[in-house]
Parts: sequence; structure tokens; C-alpha cells
Amino acid sequence: MDKVTRLASENGIVIFSKSSCCMCYAVKILFSELRVRPTIHEIDQDPEGREMEKALMRLGCNAPVPAVFIGGTLIGSTNEVMSLHLKGSLSLLLKPYEALS
Amino acid sequence: MLGLCLVSGKALWLLWFDNKGLERKHFPLPSSSVIPLCCPKNMNSSSAQFVTSRRMGVYDPIQQMSMWGENFKSNNNLNSSASLIVEDVKLDSQSEVASHGISGPSNQYDQEATKPVDKTQRRLAQNREAARKSRLRKKAYVQQLETSRLKLNQLEHELECARHQSSYMVGGLDAIHPGFPGAVNPGITTFEIEYGNWVEEQNRQIRALRNALNADVPDMKLRILVENCRHHYIELFRMKETAAKADVFYVSSGMWKTSAERFFSWIGGIRPSELLKVTCGSSQINVLGPQLSPMTEEQSVQVGYLQDACLQAEDALWQGMERLQQTLAETVAASQLIEGSYIPQMAAAMKKLENLVEFVNEADHIREEALDQMFRILTIRQAARGLLALGEYFQRFRDLSKLWAARSHEQA
Repeated sequence: MDKVTRLASENGIVIFSKSSCCMCYAVKILFSELRVRPTIHEIDQDPEGREMEKALMRLGCNAPVPAVFIGGTLIGSTNEVMSLHLKGSLSLLLKPYEALS
Repeated sequence: MLGLCLVSGKALWLLWFDNKGLERKHFPLPSSSVIPLCCPKNMNSSSAQFVTSRRMGVYDPIQQMSMWGENFKSNNNLNSSASLIVEDVKLDSQSEVASHGISGPSNQYDQEATKPVDKTQRRLAQNREAARKSRLRKKAYVQQLETSRLKLNQLEHELECARHQSSYMVGGLDAIHPGFPGAVNPGITTFEIEYGNWVEEQNRQIRALRNALNADVPDMKLRILVENCRHHYIELFRMKETAAKADVFYVSSGMWKTSAERFFSWIGGIRPSELLKVTCGSSQINVLGPQLSPMTEEQSVQVGYLQDACLQAEDALWQGMERLQQTLAETVAASQLIEGSYIPQMAAAMKKLENLVEFVNEADHIREEALDQMFRILTIRQAARGLLALGEYFQRFRDLSKLWAARSHEQA
């Protein structure tokens, strides 16, 4: 759906999450350890949350959340993020968006 | 040739019909099985000879056999042996048919006709009554048998389960973990059996690796062993994934491991960073064979990055786990405030527990990915050494568990 795509391309790093989801929390922690500040959308607090969830499922995610977008492109869920990180690719992808702190 | 099985008392009666007449064979019931009924192909064949109940001196079986004949024609189901016996047939009409001869030698029944009619009628009524009572008794007995059979299967399962647990979870106390439900979880039983086999295969592979490295076999042969080992670990991850669906607590708390292994357990297995430390650390040490195969500078750097990534992934996942624990505790604790039924809170807690499966799977995913990256970075020879070191590492902890358990028993 438009909203998801729109939000995904608005910022460099976008994570769709649910406030109650603990796996989403784990992913958020990982990104903070990598010294980036992703834009987080809690879809369970969004009035259009249900549509967004369906849209994310349609994009091919097994679980709607967490869904990570980098540079507008869907990276995937926890599995994909962890794999990329261990391969060393995640840091490379995040490099342009690294917070200077 | 026709056959029928009757269950009467403590014995199984097999009745065979042939041209010579009715013969009965008596078989004592085996202890733990239910004997399916043999289904006669054609009860009403003209070759069957029905002996009068009076001649046999036994009323019940004959009556019921003839009735069952009608049953078998329409209900040819071997598996529902109990239901066949207890199927209530239209008694009156059948017995009439039986006494007047369904087929074959009606001459025997003609003799009956010479007796006074009311006496015959009374006898028939008595027969019917006796038959009915006998059927009810048999029904009750068979149901009792069925229950016992199920109980026996269940007990056998539990015994198998406990036996497997005590074989590699050394120390009798380990065999019964607290909170184990009364009913056996078949998914876990399967896993335990499979894991037992997995360990045996693992030990075999470790020996093969050790021999190969000692003998300094060419890389080609080593590659095969390394690939086998790698697939073996992947198999374990798949097994755990299936078991986690059956009982996530069992997997996540490392109940399937020996006691010493469990001490180091992190979300149902070894820490990915520890896994790397054990496998990649060994490449720098010449422990086997004359050839040294230390890591290059480049390799060291890559392993370093991999290690860092592992630690970060572990940390993130662990914090997610802690959050899950916290929210679960809050959900369950909330029910204490509400009197009466706390089912909604339990339902919410149950949903949270399903997330635990995700965490267990993710932990294994990180382990698998760490192994994959390790294979990418290391040479075949280094990977072989690494896998040998890893296998021996687990083996030593299993042995440590046994030693510790033996020591505990001695002191007791």
C-alpha cells in the first residue's frame, strides 16, 4: 500500500514495528549498537495499522514486523537482518546513515 | 474357511468353520494387544454348517455368530473390532433366521419343529436374553481392554522417554525434569530419540575427522568430511526447530543437553560467539599432525569482525528475550489482581509464549549463520580442525557431566 512505501522511502533507515513485539525490540537494540538512528513506525499505534500490516505481508514478509527498509528497499525481518550483519554487509549498507556522535 | 474371534472372559476364542462342522480353538489373550476380528468373507456360503446350539451345548456364541454374519456383510471393518462385537443387531429377527437355518443343512432345524412350539419359543426367548447379557458383558470387557491398551502405550512411551533422558542426561535426578506434564509429548520423545542418534553420528564424525587429520589426507577427502559435519549440524537445527514447536521450554532451557552443557546454554544452545572462539581459535595451534595451518592476517581480521557481529547479535537478541520475560511476568502477575477467572490473562500470556519459539529459532539461525561464515573464511583444513575442536568441546562437556554425576552418586 502507498502508506508503507511512502514511509519506507521517507528516511534512510525505516523500521516498521509493534510496541508489544519483543523481536522488534531486539532489532532496534541491534541498530542502536550499530550507531544508527532508524525511523520507527509502531503500526499497532497507527490508525491504519491493519492495512499497513497487510501491505507488509504482501511485500513478502513472513511476519509483518519487524520490517526493515534501508534506502527505501525492503531488507527483510529479523532473520535477514541477522544474516546480513554476520556477513558484514549490514554495516556497509548502514554506513551512509551512520550518526556522527 | 471362515473365522471369527470372540472375546469371552480372559480368552480369545477363535472359531473356524469348515465343511466338517464347528470347531473351536482357544487362545489365551496376549498381554498387550488387541486382536482384530477376522472378517469372514462370506458368512452365508452354502458350505457353512451350523450346528444346533443344543448339540454344541453353548447357546451364546452360535447366536451371536449368526447375527454377526449379517453384520460383517454390511460392515467390513477390521479395525473396529470392538464395535463389531458390540454392534446391536436386530436380535429377534436374526435369531429367528438363525434357528430356521440361513443356509445349508436345514435338516437340523427341522428336528426343532417337532418339539412343542411354546417350549421352543421360551427357549428362544431365554437364548435371546442370555445373548443380550453376554453381549453387554463383552462390550464392557472390550472397552476395558481398549483403555488398558492405551494406558500401556502411554506408559511405554514415558518409559522410553525417561530411559533416553537418563542415558545422556547423566544422574538419575536429571531423568525427571520438574514441571514435566503427566502426558508424554510425542514431539519431544521423537526429538530425544533422534538426538540420541545424532550424538552417536557426531561421535563417529569426530573420530573420522581426527583420523583424517592425523593421517594428513588430501584436501579433497577432508572436504567431504567437513561437508558431512556441516550438514549434520544443520540437521540438528532443523530437529530443534521442530521440537520447539512441540515444547519450546524444553528446547530453550537446554533440557536435551547434559547437565554441564546446560550450564553454558544460551537460548537453547551454545553462544554463537563461543562457537566461533572454539572453532577458529584452534586453527592457530598446532595440536594435530605435522602441518601447521595458522590463520593469515586477512583471516584473523575477518574472524575478528565476525566475532564482533556475533556478540552484537547475541546482545540484541538477549535484550529482546529479557523484554519478553518481563512482559510475560507482567501479564501473568496482572491476573492476581482480578478475582475469579483469569483466563483472559492466561490467553495473553500464551500469546507471549509463542514469541519464545521465534527467539529460539533466531538463536539457532545466528549459530547456523556463524558456522556458514566460518566456512567461508577458513580453508578446508582449518575448517576440519575447527569442527574437530567443536565436536570435542561438546564431547568433553558430556563426559564432564557423566563424571560429575558419578561423583555425586559416590558421595551420596
